[in-house]
Amino acid sequence: MSVRHSLLVLLDAGPMHGYGLKTEFEAATGDVWPLNVGQVYTTLARLERDGLVSTDTDADGQKVYAITEAGRGEVRRWFETPVAREVVPRQELAIKLVFAMRSASADVADVVQRQRVATMRSLQEVTRLKADAEADGDLAWLLMLDALVFQAEAEARWLDLCEARLAREHAAPLRRADAGTPGRIVERRS
Amino acid sequence: MAILEMERAGRVFGSGEARVVALDNVSLRVEPGEFVAIMGPSGSGKSTLLQLAGGLDRPTSGRILLGGRDLAGLSTADLTLTLRRQIGFVFQSLNLLPTLTAAENVALPLELDGVRPRAAMSNARGLLESVGLRAVADRFPGRLSGGERQRVAIARAVVGGRALLLADEPTGALDTISGESVIGLLRQRCATGCAVVLVTHDMRHAAWADRVVFLRDGRVTDEAAPPGGPECLLRPGRAS
Repeated sequence: MSVRHSLLVLLDAGPMHGYGLKTEFEAATGDVWPLNVGQVYTTLARLERDGLVSTDTDADGQKVYAITEAGRGEVRRWFETPVAREVVPRQELAIKLVFAMRSASADVADVVQRQRVATMRSLQEVTRLKADAEADGDLAWLLMLDALVFQAEAEARWLDLCEARLAREHAAPLRRADAGTPGRIVERRS
Repeated sequence: MAILEMERAGRVFGSGEARVVALDNVSLRVEPGEFVAIMGPSGSGKSTLLQLAGGLDRPTSGRILLGGRDLAGLSTADLTLTLRRQIGFVFQSLNLLPTLTAAENVALPLELDGVRPRAAMSNARGLLESVGLRAVADRFPGRLSGGERQRVAIARAVVGGRALLLADEPTGALDTISGESVIGLLRQRCATGCAVVLVTHDMRHAAWADRVVFLRDGRVTDEAAPPGGPECLLRPGRAS
């Protein structure tokens, strides 16, 4: 989440005080992303350092922030650039399943099913929160919950696929790779 | 009293080499106002379970009780009447009669139960209004969106105070928002005391239920109910 860009977008509508920016930010995002005042001023100082905002003082001696031309360019770039996927979802789970397949003490189907039930439970919880968010009309929070719902669903579908692959493996068993071929954990028997 | 009780219900098709166990020793209890989702891969017995629960098929072992009455003990005439008065069905498609308007479709079960047409229509309109479909009451199904059709089908399934709604993939071909509105309506009906059993392979929709029952190879493998306790709330930064 980019506080930096969000503040620039707010300033694009007109100059503001630091505290006003905090209030506006929170009004836009519900209280999904609470900001502390310190974080706002640190970010503004960096934006000023980078030439993306300029400052002035108002009649009461309060600092007022305004976006610069370079700042507007930064806002445009932000909207034009897709957000990168940073995290491989459930990497730990993938590794757990791969090792469960190698381990004599684990039943992979059980591991998959236990995970599926756990995923279902978190999905149920998020769905409850979603129903509340819809009742509250809290749009930012609702969008985030939607994202959590789809992430959980993706995990569940991936688990279904894992299970289907395992079922196929029963028909054509996999064997462990030779110790001399690092990086490949299993390979199909020809 | 539970509206639906399945006691060690089993359903076997064929015999000998061709014997297929579709449902094996399944017990399920659904209380009034409860929303239960049944999940499982294709061939896991979901639809068989729903057919047994709705009296469309009979178990080869075990019992099915509706409102405490064993369906096996009813005469064909009694069974037909009991099912029609107590249970509503919603399927993936082909729920509505294309030559009747939305309101007429909803009124139909009431008329079959002997309610006078005018009263049945007025009741149907009231129900459609309560589920946000007043504007489409006089449209024919062909003029409704997929989501609207399914919501009308749900209204028809619960009209006349039916106690149990059985839904088999009712969101099948709908887009995300329409699918959610259909599930939201099922949830809303539970608040009025109607019990819902939803068969789905869609986890997002199953998550609206009070309980999710997982089926595999005709058996119940797991059940998931939402975790309790404030530690499960994911709301970041929310003051409690």
